[in-house]
Amino acid sequence: MSSSFQQFLTDATRVAGDIRHRGLMQTALRKYEVARDRKKAAFSDWESARDAAAETKWEAINHLDEHLENLAQKLESRGTKVHWASTAAQAREIILGIIKSKGACSIIKSKAMTAEEIHLNEAMEKAGYEVVESDLGEYIVQLRHEPPYHIVFPAMHLTRDQISELFEKELGSAPTREPEELTMIARRALRSKYITADIGITGANFAIAETGMISITENEGNARLTAALPKTMITLVGLEKILPKMEDLALFLPMLATAGAGQALTCYNTMYGGPRQPGEVDGPEEYHVVLLDNRRTELLADPEQRDALHCIRCGACLNVCPIFRNVGGHTYGTTYSGPIGSVITPHLRGLQEWKHLSASSSLCGACTETCPVKIDLHHHLLHNRRNASASRPSFFERKAYQVFAWVVNRPAIYRIAKQCGRILDPIRRAVQGTVLDPVKPWTKTRDLPPMPEQSFKEWHRNRK
Amino acid sequence: MNEREKILGRIREALKVKASRPGDHGDGQGTARFTGRPVEGARDWLPPGGDTFEEQAARFQTASTELKTDFRLLNSIEEVRSNLAALSTECGWKTVATHVGELTDQVVPSLGLPVLKTDGGYDVRALEKCDVGITGCDLLVAQTGSVLVTNRSAGGRALSVLPPHHLVLARRTQMVPDLATALQTVQKRYGSDYPSMISFITGPSRTGDIERILVLGAHGPKKLTVLVF
Repeated sequence: MSSSFQQFLTDATRVAGDIRHRGLMQTALRKYEVARDRKKAAFSDWESARDAAAETKWEAINHLDEHLENLAQKLESRGTKVHWASTAAQAREIILGIIKSKGACSIIKSKAMTAEEIHLNEAMEKAGYEVVESDLGEYIVQLRHEPPYHIVFPAMHLTRDQISELFEKELGSAPTREPEELTMIARRALRSKYITADIGITGANFAIAETGMISITENEGNARLTAALPKTMITLVGLEKILPKMEDLALFLPMLATAGAGQALTCYNTMYGGPRQPGEVDGPEEYHVVLLDNRRTELLADPEQRDALHCIRCGACLNVCPIFRNVGGHTYGTTYSGPIGSVITPHLRGLQEWKHLSASSSLCGACTETCPVKIDLHHHLLHNRRNASASRPSFFERKAYQVFAWVVNRPAIYRIAKQCGRILDPIRRAVQGTVLDPVKPWTKTRDLPPMPEQSFKEWHRNRK
Repeated sequence: MNEREKILGRIREALKVKASRPGDHGDGQGTARFTGRPVEGARDWLPPGGDTFEEQAARFQTASTELKTDFRLLNSIEEVRSNLAALSTECGWKTVATHVGELTDQVVPSLGLPVLKTDGGYDVRALEKCDVGITGCDLLVAQTGSVLVTNRSAGGRALSVLPPHHLVLARRTQMVPDLATALQTVQKRYGSDYPSMISFITGPSRTGDIERILVLGAHGPKKLTVLVF
């Protein structure tokens, strides 16, 4: 058992029994569901929009080389410096290099899951720089020294009282139960950070090949400020974020907003095409775009699961997943949690170490049904299970199936086994849950149904 | 070989093996219900934007009510001036930030307040202290109640997000039905000479990060007013 599996089991057991956590998830996700359904209903044809989104991302990913070359060329033609990073370490090195060369000391950051993926904040802090997360949810979890709980709702696991206590301790603010006041405390604390920051770092929601633009979606205005005030702007973008054409946003922006947060459109959807251009009044003097691979090309090389790169990180599959709802975000121990995290983490961080995530699924398919770009999520969980057992078969499982096959292929022996089962069943039931129970790992959390009085064969025979 | 070539090499190698189309589980029967560009079908699938100006204005109004945008459909530039004067008194504006522009130039001086203009550079701290940022815009999008601004039409990147109140001035002719039309219009208008920032603003800044409860004015403006004549 890998250490990440051990941690998953321990945390899942603890969180699944936590009533407070259950209440928080229910409140947050019920509100989301109501809003999402209302906005979906406003679409004339949501299903056709999904088909089109899936086909558009398919086209983008299956011609990724051409689109990336176009993107880079267009960005560079307007003065943006484009960097290519094969690994997380290279991306960190590039970004730290830029920061050092600018003699910077303070950095303001807007939400970026790719930055979480490469542990950018730790690297910058270790190098002695002050980094401040500006998205409210991210700021809260940063103050708690925690990773985000959810791709889109980073602080969904916290109550207002916990946040108030945190602000009281870290910022010296007066306690309050009003979300509005708490938001204003953060707004005041962060305003001065924007004005004094030397470097602004952002993530990206889409990279538009045709025009060489980075599209950022946000509600708070923090990314807008991050891209407006500091002298140097850096965007870290996973290379799968590509969209062929600018007009494709007419479809993807509303779909991202509806699937992700139950909004018709997110408050700010902004396209950045370069640093401050001649004649423009403000904006960064330098713009750096870092294109991150970090094993995405390995996922690309698997045609069966290539569509996992279509993901627009809306978080919809997390919201509907019965596993995510019960075990919560931190239990996964990964940057990307929920169904999409379970599918891609084995590719990004190793199949054997992370295969348990693909087994932690009811295979209900709610994720596949909700995905706005139609990623075949629950089938990919099965693909991961198959690949994991094919590359490292379990000796015990193989033997068990061999014995099973041997028995069921011999009717006489099968009949005897059945009779034995019937005789022994009441005895096993008597010791259920004790050390004598031979199937204790199973019965610890589940019921073992009683052996039926009559088998199908017996029933069929008697019927005649 | 540099990293760029290495990455592109890995991508080309990976793409030598074809992936099946979306919805195809290896039986060659993909959904393939859609070919072409999404923008062509977007109008049939997405929430509608309206055909006439009246329909579009009604949609913009409905979206604004939900978003808590203060949208006012007015009849003349005099009405814009009087609305602005009333807002100024009501909100107690002391300093106003704006930029040189066809509409702002006609309206802002009538307020008789100290004005900070972002054109040709500005002091960020002074801009932060202004009570309102008054800007023009490129387009209004009926479908979503969005205002499309660029750093050219709205006095830079910060003016529309830094002050606590953002006030947008627009003419009725700037209304377009939907995002698809808006993006196509922007592409036609700017050709290859794009402003370095193009932003759809849909309501005042907001967050739901604390117990999913809506709070306005997270980092950007708490109020968004759109005056159209």
